[in-house]
Amino acid sequence: MLTVDHTTNWLILFAKKIYEKKDYLNELDSAIGDGDHGSNMARGMKAMEEKLKDGQFSNVQDVFKAASMALLSKVGGASGPLYGSAFMGMAKQGGSDETDLVAILQAGLQGIQLRGKSAKGEKTMIDVWIPVIEALESESLSKEIIQDAVLQTKEMKATKGRASYLGDRSVGHVDPGAASSGYLFEAMLDGGILNE
Amino acid sequence: MNEKRYGVFIASHNKELAEGLTDLLKEMARDVSITFAGGTDDGDIGTSFEKIQQALTENNANELFAFYDLGSAKMNLEIAIEMMENKKVHLMDTALVEGAFTASTLIQANASYDEIMEQLRPLKIK
Repeated sequence: MLTVDHTTNWLILFAKKIYEKKDYLNELDSAIGDGDHGSNMARGMKAMEEKLKDGQFSNVQDVFKAASMALLSKVGGASGPLYGSAFMGMAKQGGSDETDLVAILQAGLQGIQLRGKSAKGEKTMIDVWIPVIEALESESLSKEIIQDAVLQTKEMKATKGRASYLGDRSVGHVDPGAASSGYLFEAMLDGGILNE
Repeated sequence: MNEKRYGVFIASHNKELAEGLTDLLKEMARDVSITFAGGTDDGDIGTSFEKIQQALTENNANELFAFYDLGSAKMNLEIAIEMMENKKVHLMDTALVEGAFTASTLIQANASYDEIMEQLRPLKIK
C-alpha cells in the first residue's frame, strides 16, 4: 500500500541518493555516453524535491505526476523523458489502485519501454526494473538483488541510446541509467514501503 | 502576411542551433509559422518538455511538421504531441536541417501534405 507520505518520502530519499552519487553517475556516463547523467539527474531531482515539498497532495497519483513533470522539464537528457514516462505510468496505475506496488512498478516499466522502445538485455535501466519487479513479486527483493541487477549491465552490449554508438566498446561498463534506477529501488527499500 | 496552412517546429539540444536554423528557414519561407525550443529551462544543453510544449502551442498553424536533433528531443517531443489537444503534429525522423528546409520551402510554395511527405521520405535517417 502506497500513501502520499510514503511515496513522497521514497522520492526524496531517491533524490538524496542521486545527489550523493552525482559524480559517480557522471563518471559512468563519461565511459559510454556524454558524461552528464549525474548532473542531469541531480538537476531534475532538485526540481522534483521542490515540487514535492511545496505540494499538497491528496493522492499517490498526484505525487508521481508532480515528479514526472519536474523530470520531463528539468533533466535535459534522455533520462528526463524516460523517468518522466515511468512516473507518468506509475501515476496512472496509482490512480486506479494504490495498494498494488507490483502493478504500479510494472506500469512504470511499461512507460519506459514504450518511450525508449527498449527490450531486456540492451544495457538500459529496464535491465534493473525487470529483475526488481520479478523479485518483488516473489517477495524476495533485497539490496543485493538490486545491486546485482545493476552490475549485470556491465557485461551487456548497448544497442539502445547514446551508448549504442560505441558497440562492443560499451561492454565492461555499468550502464548509468541502470545505476540511477538501482538508487530508485534502494530508496524504495530504505523508505520502508515494503513493510507496510 | 499570408499565413500558410502548415507550420514548422524545431527542437534541438542547443538554443543557438534551433534559433539559427529557424532564422535560416525564415529567409526562405517568410509566411510559414516556424517556432523552436532549444536547450534546457536553464539554458544548458538538453531539451525541456515544457519549452517544447510552449513553442508548439505558440505556433500559429494548427498542423505542424516537427523536426529534432537527437534522442531526448524526440522523446520529449513525443510526450508533448501526445498531450497536445487541438493541434496535429507530424514528427519527422529526417535529417534536421535538410528536412526542415524542405518542408518550409514546400509549405511556402503551397505544396500539399502528400507532396511534402513525398519529398521528406528520402531524408529520413533516424
